[in-house]
Amino acid sequence: MSDIFPKWTNKLPAMVIVGGMIVGGVVTAGVTYYMTPKYARVGYTPVQPVAFSHAIHADQLGLDCRYCHNGVEKSWYSNVPAASTCMNCHNQVLKDDPKLALVRESAATGKPIPWVQIHKTPDFVYFNHSVHVNRGVSCVHCHGPVNKMDEVRHSKSLGMAFCLECHRDPAAKIRPNDQVFNLDWQAPEGFAQKEGAKLVKDWNVHPGESCSVCHR
Amino acid sequence: MRYFFAFLLGVALLALTVFGIAGRRGTDFRKPPLEIFNDMVRQAKLRPQVPNSFFADGRSSQHLVAGTVAQRIGDQGNDTWQGTAQNTGMVPGTTNFVATIPVPVTTALLDRGRERYNISCLPCHGATGDGNGITKKIGAMAVVAPLVDAAGKNAIIIPDGQVFRIISDGKAPNMQGYAANIEINDRWAIVAYVRALQRARFATLDEVPAAERATLK
Repeated sequence: MSDIFPKWTNKLPAMVIVGGMIVGGVVTAGVTYYMTPKYARVGYTPVQPVAFSHAIHADQLGLDCRYCHNGVEKSWYSNVPAASTCMNCHNQVLKDDPKLALVRESAATGKPIPWVQIHKTPDFVYFNHSVHVNRGVSCVHCHGPVNKMDEVRHSKSLGMAFCLECHRDPAAKIRPNDQVFNLDWQAPEGFAQKEGAKLVKDWNVHPGESCSVCHR
Repeated sequence: MRYFFAFLLGVALLALTVFGIAGRRGTDFRKPPLEIFNDMVRQAKLRPQVPNSFFADGRSSQHLVAGTVAQRIGDQGNDTWQGTAQNTGMVPGTTNFVATIPVPVTTALLDRGRERYNISCLPCHGATGDGNGITKKIGAMAVVAPLVDAAGKNAIIIPDGQVFRIISDGKAPNMQGYAANIEINDRWAIVAYVRALQRARFATLDEVPAAERATLK
């Protein structure tokens, strides 16, 4: 028989098992590391057609998020403002600046500004902005400190683990409704245990962890 | 055995190559994230405000048909848009502004008005309506009309309906209309709050509740 199966084949089963474990381990590690939202999207900072700075508008000038994203409290998505909203001020401020040429053109002709969408969840995720911002979940929880960003950067993973973190313990992240759009608000010591838990109770917040809460 | 070690080396090299090329997790990048097998992740359906080839103008969010009226507004006993002071700020059938706010003025309306005022009006008109908002402070806007100037001045004596129309249509030459940004009932709430600001501007110390007086000193 040794003519057909050389001696080393005795170790073949062990090699297959060990080799399989190594390949499987590397593939699993690679997929987890490179193909989850954390890797795929966090850090995404596309170049926008108009160099709009949230840091200048929201932080320095103190504009409320809702001055521009005015539909966020009523709509499932947070709207990109119409160019006419920009022109409320920019019909006077930097009125002839070439950086704003696209905005002026858009306001005059209705041609959309080709903004690049940064934050995207999969199409089978039905995230509703209004229900979150009306119940004490701030923009900053999912979008990071946008008010400090000159260029918006995808800063949180927005993967399912990220959502569940809050859905399992809403009191830890909830805040009073009048602080939702104040991105610099810091919960005082012990807020989550006392006031946070009370808000969850008073507002009847049941985020739910079943599939159909977010997936249809 | 030799083959096995060669295989191990191969796997290690492959892993090194992958990590070497793609191992930039956590750093910023400009190009859109790579999506492999994304047929469920990006479905062929309309999402708002993105390019879409279904409609001729290439947008997913279509403009409203001209003359569209929100269904729940205008139920003041008169079915037409123009026939309702709440929608137009005008006395129906005339070109006169309504003198007073045509919705019930409640504490809730005033609170709503304060919130909406602080979002949309405060940047220019300032927190107290004195016209010293941030845009004036940084010298971005030359002229911002104060809302609480002096008793008898324009902003105070004009009827509520006209304040509503100015919020909706703007005021030449500098202020643009906010009809697209602020809902009708919110505009009335802002009118109410502006009236409160104006009233507060000319209040005397005697009108402040005794308990609060000390805090003003």
